[in-house]
Amino acid sequence: MSAFLASLLNGLSLGAVHALVALGFVVIFKASGVLNFAHGSLLLLGGYLIAVWHPHLGFAGALAAAVLATAAIAGAVDRLLLQRGDAGAHTTPAQTIVTIGVDVLLLTDLSRRIGGDLLPLGDPWADSVTRIGPVSVADSRLAAIVVSCLVIGAVFAAFRYTAWGLSLRAAAEDAEAAALMGIRLSRVRTGAWCLAGALAATAAVFLAAFPAPGLERTTGQLALAAFPAAILGGLASPAGALAGSLLIGLTEAFAAGYQSELHVLGDGFGDVAPYAVMVVVLILRPQGLFGAKGAARV
Amino acid sequence: MSDLPPRRALRALAFLGVALLLCAPPFYLDVFWLRIGLFAMAAATGAVGLGLLTGTAGQLSLGHSFFLAIGAYGYTWLGGEEPGAGLPTVLALVAAVLLAGLAGGLFSPVAGRVRGVYLGVATLALVFLGHHILVSAEPVTGGFNGLSVPPLSVGSFTFDASGPELVVLGVPFGAEERLWYLSLALFAFTWFTARGLLLSRAGRALKALRDSETAAAVMGVPVARYRAGAFVLSSMYAGLAGALLALAFRRVVPDYFGLALSVDYLAMIVIGGLGSVAGATAGAVFVTALPLLMTRYADQLPLVTAPGSAGGTLGPTEASRYLYGAAVVLVLIFAPDGLGGLLHRLRARFRMRRRPAAAPTSAATAVRAKEHTP
Repeated sequence: MSAFLASLLNGLSLGAVHALVALGFVVIFKASGVLNFAHGSLLLLGGYLIAVWHPHLGFAGALAAAVLATAAIAGAVDRLLLQRGDAGAHTTPAQTIVTIGVDVLLLTDLSRRIGGDLLPLGDPWADSVTRIGPVSVADSRLAAIVVSCLVIGAVFAAFRYTAWGLSLRAAAEDAEAAALMGIRLSRVRTGAWCLAGALAATAAVFLAAFPAPGLERTTGQLALAAFPAAILGGLASPAGALAGSLLIGLTEAFAAGYQSELHVLGDGFGDVAPYAVMVVVLILRPQGLFGAKGAARV
Repeated sequence: MSDLPPRRALRALAFLGVALLLCAPPFYLDVFWLRIGLFAMAAATGAVGLGLLTGTAGQLSLGHSFFLAIGAYGYTWLGGEEPGAGLPTVLALVAAVLLAGLAGGLFSPVAGRVRGVYLGVATLALVFLGHHILVSAEPVTGGFNGLSVPPLSVGSFTFDASGPELVVLGVPFGAEERLWYLSLALFAFTWFTARGLLLSRAGRALKALRDSETAAAVMGVPVARYRAGAFVLSSMYAGLAGALLALAFRRVVPDYFGLALSVDYLAMIVIGGLGSVAGATAGAVFVTALPLLMTRYADQLPLVTAPGSAGGTLGPTEASRYLYGAAVVLVLIFAPDGLGGLLHRLRARFRMRRRPAAAPTSAATAVRAKEHTP
């Protein structure tokens, strides 16, 4: 029973962190039609900046600075590299591949700087643990759940109530009509990129905090687990991203928690379980769980 | 003008020249250069396959390294003795290609229905699941340490130094020299089949599919079947490339077939130019040769240090990754149709200048060229 509870809590906290990352994918995809393969590197960048700045600024200061800096860099990537030529086009595989190039560049640079080190982020939870009934949970995990809920709530509120959120939804619905109504698409999408960068930097904290030993050069790859989460939910659906993230987080945690029963599938199946789930879902529903089925009339 | 016989003869002559040139290296170059060539030819075979899928049919795939792994491991296991089926190695090579095609076919329920970036991420799953299987299924794949690859032999002739000794025109033919001709022959086969396909009815259908699925369906293209077909075919080219790589490396290990390899292949076709066989080849040579050359000449390049020297400096692998990451970004920004397309447009523009009153078709190309160049 306690193993079940532990897996459940672990899964929820993992899902919460994935949701921060997956929401970043979704926001970018909604605004620009680009799947951002550089997201993992942006996350690593955010973590690295916190690691470098926290001795000078304190954890909170470093976090704030890193969130701003990562947001600015993500926005700059969009402005300087992606928004060239026909900015109105909404389906752009070439731009998606550009983000792969950006990922190679960022990742090479960051892993060169980090090397084989494990960087502490100086987070306030350290290795403290809280007991809830029969199970003990790392405080950083609980913090992950709380912070993710707050941040995601704020993002959803922004979608719903701010002018930018309205513009974003209009642009995602019909970019051309939105542009004709006076919405500046390029600003809206750069805003989306900045938001995604900020979310990624926030997620980095929890991916490097206690149960993990610290930030390493492979931390960015953990963000890849949020890919299936975003796809599962349907790339253009923020609510779907949430549901997908929880599903993926729980899958990972339970596959890891019941490792011994799943031994037939090989060691470390928990790491790849999300992908197995994703393939099954895509076979059943190619547009994702919450994605709308596009219909073409001729 | 382009149909005049002299021009055709000139083309045939040029082709013959290139073929002869490609046959020459084993007589003049040392093993280092030959190995670069082997890797480049294997990579080009795989890149041509990915070019068909991503460049021509417009399906983003990040699962290419999985199919390379199937080809490499398929050949090694089927042709190997110790864990292995012990088939004749030629048969193992053919079977490995078919096996990769089969794997692509098994994935085609997804590949035929899922589109665009969704497919890109779905194929990501193949890479991670595949790596997991390669590491876990130790009795078959050798786990982390991998397997050593049996040399290919046709009758009593082996593509390895162990076979009967062979000296051609005073040059001793070791493993690399023999493999060179094998790779060259298989790559020529790849080149002609892929070009033939591109120019055929199926190639046109795939291009129509890329431009507009709806329009293609209206014109009578069975969309799902063609998409799945492109996927299977590209997996088979990848399988062949994997087997060739295995032969050149002489050992297969799971870590080689990771996401980074898939990204490499994507970079190859992007740098060379999407949708063209020659472009994919050029990109493959660039991406394959760059890190090897940089490692070899690390001590002579500014800013770059030899591998294994003190941390914080720029190693050759990193330097080449910077270069090709930048190449991907710059090529896509400034020449979305790759280096091949850039050449094409420059030629069109040059022709325009020579003949101001050009035919409307070339004028259209020139206008398009203007749009693309910022």
